Amino acid sequence: MTMPMLTVENLMASYGVVRALHGVSLEVNEGELVALLGVNGAGKSTTLKSITGILRPVKGSITFLGTEITNRKPEWIVKQGLSLVPEGREIFGSLTVEENLRLGAFASYQRDRYKADLKEIFELFPILEERFSQPGGLLSGGEQQMLAIARAMMAHPKLLMLDEPSLGLSPAMTDGIFVLIKRLREMGSTILLVEQNAERALEIVDRAYLLANGEVDFAGTAEDLKRKVDIASVYFGGDDAAPCEVPL
Amino acid sequence: MDLEFLINTLSLGSLYALLALGLVLVYGILKLVNFAYGEYIMIAGYGLYFSATVLHMPWWATMIFGVAAAVLTSYLTELAAFRPVRNKSANALIVTSFAVSIFLQNAVLILVSPRARAVQLPPIFSQTVNIAGATTPVRNLLIIGTTITVLILLSLLMKKTVLGMAMRAAADKFTTTRLMGVPANLVISAAFIISGLLAGIASIFWIGRSASVDPVTGAAPLLIAFIATVMGGMHSPTGAVVGGFVYGLLFNVLSITLPASMISYRDAFMFVIVVLFLLFRPEGIIKGGYTEERVG
Ligand SMILES: Nc1ncnc2c1ncn2[C@@H]1O[C@H](COP(=O)(O)OP(=O)(O)O)[C@@H](O)[C@H]1O
Ligand SMILES: [Mg+2]
Repeated sequence: MTMPMLTVENLMASYGVVRALHGVSLEVNEGELVALLGVNGAGKSTTLKSITGILRPVKGSITFLGTEITNRKPEWIVKQGLSLVPEGREIFGSLTVEENLRLGAFASYQRDRYKADLKEIFELFPILEERFSQPGGLLSGGEQQMLAIARAMMAHPKLLMLDEPSLGLSPAMTDGIFVLIKRLREMGSTILLVEQNAERALEIVDRAYLLANGEVDFAGTAEDLKRKVDIASVYFGGDDAAPCEVPL
Repeated sequence: MDLEFLINTLSLGSLYALLALGLVLVYGILKLVNFAYGEYIMIAGYGLYFSATVLHMPWWATMIFGVAAAVLTSYLTELAAFRPVRNKSANALIVTSFAVSIFLQNAVLILVSPRARAVQLPPIFSQTVNIAGATTPVRNLLIIGTTITVLILLSLLMKKTVLGMAMRAAADKFTTTRLMGVPANLVISAAFIISGLLAGIASIFWIGRSASVDPVTGAAPLLIAFIATVMGGMHSPTGAVVGGFVYGLLFNVLSITLPASMISYRDAFMFVIVVLFLLFRPEGIIKGGYTEERVG
């Protein structure tokens, strides 16, 4: 076995006196699409914030590509090849789509490949080419999510982390985002996907971690988790139509 | 009379716009009203005095020296005072800015003198010219030209360079900007350096009116910058510039319309206007795009 790309060990994090994570451990291997699932407030975003350096963990260690990145600055961590598409998209609303993408490339800007990168982005997201010189704030929710993903991809991340990319999107847009994530994975990207919509996520991921109250409740392959989720939906009298927003 | 009023208003507005702009650039990114900003203006004044009277530099060199002194002071206060408390509360930052202000005032008071020093300025600052029947000091035209140049260069910097984009992004969403790989220190230092540059340039014209500098020279321009930003809007550079010109206009209108016996209450009237703004339009004339996210 080669070393995992990302290793999180016994991560503890707090907001002031409120402990949000009580020892989370997880791994992501190169080429994998891994989901981090759990209800609202489980600690999914807190985990990603700790990995990206936005939040300083109280305890634990985070290793990326053999380098310890715990307690490093976010601007340093992104340069190691770890990009986050934050919860709520976080588009720079007063900057144009072009400027958003240019800043996305900041971490690993290379003049000679920038144009080609943009072309690739436009192939994946034709709408961004149409909206290129419009302010990001004028885009629809779905378009902003695409811009957020495109902006992260401009950095050529080795590991892409997405925090609830389908949140607040129409069903059609949600479908589009899941198709896109699947496609990115087929193109060879390594992805850590945070989702509340467990059922949808489990359709496309290799492995998943289930987070509850700041702890890893369950970890396994997508198949393992699906079985567990099925049992839960039977338990709560749900059927296939009801999304498993409350897994277990 | 009308042309004279126009030139007067434009020149006063230009000066106030520069003052306000320097204050807002730092506010945009750190969400800090930097009360030490007036001291950068004061330090630039001492830079002018020192380089001219003590070092006997030619006038153009004294201006570079004065502006450089303001830039350096602004940058050093960021490094030494603001950076260490940046991740603490907003109150810690405000208190720090008061401390820096008091420290700098007392430093010149002790090191130079509590009394005012005369600042030599090039003769052109005291000359007047006649345009279409209106007599106006040449420095009024200089400040208008300088401000237009500065505004054009600054907007080119903000729109066309990656640093400018990063600064605008940071003013909007600071943490997300860092997630792009933009160093927090870079954008904050850049904001302080440009703020110091604007303070220095404004100082030349501020000092140019009285031709003297003393330890509390910075208080009045700070107040003007603050009032202008409250009127124009704290949330964008455009707001600051608009606020500066509105301040200049209101001030000149008051100067003309108030009876002679009440001219000395002009400032009180300005305060009344500010209070009205705070009550009825606290976001200022220009509602900006900046959010209230703090650096943390
Ligand atoms: N900025 C914050 N300040 C205080 N508590 C927070 C903050 N962000 C999240 N929390 C708390 O931390 C816990 C985990 O939150 P989060 O990681 O955002 O959950 P998730 O992303 O899984 O919905 C929750 O109990 C939440 O209330
Ligand atoms: Mg979340």
